[in-house]
Amino acid sequence: MSGTLKIRVDQEKCQGHARCKSLAPELFDMDEYGNAHEVGDGTVPKGLEDKAWLAQSNCPEIAIEVTEEKTP
Amino acid sequence: MSETLLTEGPVPTVDDERRVAPPVTDWIHDFDHTDPRWTENPFPIWDELRAHAPVVHTDRFLGCYLPTTYEAVKQIAYDTEHFSSRRIIVRTIRPEPPASSPPITSDPPQHKPAKQLLLPPFTPDAMKRLEPKVRAICNELIDEFIDEKGCDVAARFTKHIPVRAIAHMLGIPEKDGELFIKWIHEILEVGISSEEVLMRAVHEMAAYFGGHIARRKQQPTDDLISTLMNARDKDGQPLSDGHVQGTLRLLLIAGIDTTWSAIGSSLWHLAKTPADRERLVAEPELLPIAIEEFLRAYSPVTMAREVVKETSVSGCPIKGGNMVLLSFPAANRDPAMFPDADKVIIDRKENRHAAFGLGIHRCVGSNLARMEMTVAIEEWLKRIPEFRLDPAGEVTWSEGTVRGPRQLPMLFGKAG
Repeated sequence: MSGTLKIRVDQEKCQGHARCKSLAPELFDMDEYGNAHEVGDGTVPKGLEDKAWLAQSNCPEIAIEVTEEKTP
Repeated sequence: MSETLLTEGPVPTVDDERRVAPPVTDWIHDFDHTDPRWTENPFPIWDELRAHAPVVHTDRFLGCYLPTTYEAVKQIAYDTEHFSSRRIIVRTIRPEPPASSPPITSDPPQHKPAKQLLLPPFTPDAMKRLEPKVRAICNELIDEFIDEKGCDVAARFTKHIPVRAIAHMLGIPEKDGELFIKWIHEILEVGISSEEVLMRAVHEMAAYFGGHIARRKQQPTDDLISTLMNARDKDGQPLSDGHVQGTLRLLLIAGIDTTWSAIGSSLWHLAKTPADRERLVAEPELLPIAIEEFLRAYSPVTMAREVVKETSVSGCPIKGGNMVLLSFPAANRDPAMFPDADKVIIDRKENRHAAFGLGIHRCVGSNLARMEMTVAIEEWLKRIPEFRLDPAGEVTWSEGTVRGPRQLPMLFGKAG
């Protein structure tokens, strides 16, 4: 069950509410306009899974995708 | 709709010479967001309207729709083809052409470049740099009344924080604050039904900013006015004077009584809810989450759109020539979107509230507003952890586009 989580911010949908950055600063960064993108390749480090889901469920634009990659 | 809304509540009185509209007797077919009962307590009205339909209409304001659900509000906010932002305030008048304040009054494709100019000065990182200044402002204000047994918190605290912060960012004198507040009242409240007052305020602001712009032509400064003056469009041309003036008008108007309202409503809630107050004093790390809940439950800002093409929303036909009252506050009280929508739950886990709008017009100052709210309430709770509404005083609320307490009399210390 406990696969690795991956997050992705849809750049077309993000409007820069910055809720993700506030709730999960380890997982999201902002560009010069204040729009969000995932840190690195979006892999969620172990222990930060709850924060990933929290950010996802608070984005007003539904711009954050969280996917679970099954570990082989 | 139940009978309750037709019979309950105070009978509206003509408390102001500009108010000539008859009182509402049928909210579903004849709503009026400037009716004193809406101003005082809009929540049961929205619940009744939402129970009736996702979109309702009034013939007032030369014809206006009100989406009542989160879904309907969202659909309209995302649909720039049928709903234009050229008018963003519902008035009983429709001056032509409407006063332009890019980017809030811009539609695609003009919107994006106008907005991108403004985004970098308002990022979360930029707000972090401004935070110590706002913290100092809050403490200076508290110093002035903390030794009294209470005060009108709207007049002496919440009002001044955004005035001073935006004045600092724009590079204009903080002492002109009363003038800013007068213009805002004239444009957002009195100007709903008086074109004369509206235009006078717009012209006074233009003369005021004209002076500041002229001085910066001689001697450039490091502030938002100069940033706008130095901005270039995609063809390398400076912005027109009208564009610069319109944007300055927007920043001043949108930056002040919105956040004044949001801080005021939050303190109003905490004054009458000891359990939430005590919890935030004990767990200050919860404050950012609580701030989001205050923003949801007491969203200050209602925007508007003009219908430019016939369409339908949530199954309701929408005809051209009408305005739309885009009530983010009503959307944020929709129980289909927020469980226990009528309850303030300061540790609400899932909260996709739309207090700062949805889609391309997301409030450019949302990071500033959040920072001001967080710092103001943090500093207040540190220094005045016990406070309550003054039973001898009266809380009053602003009318129309922005809702928040304009008189907020409180007593400090434990009751009894």
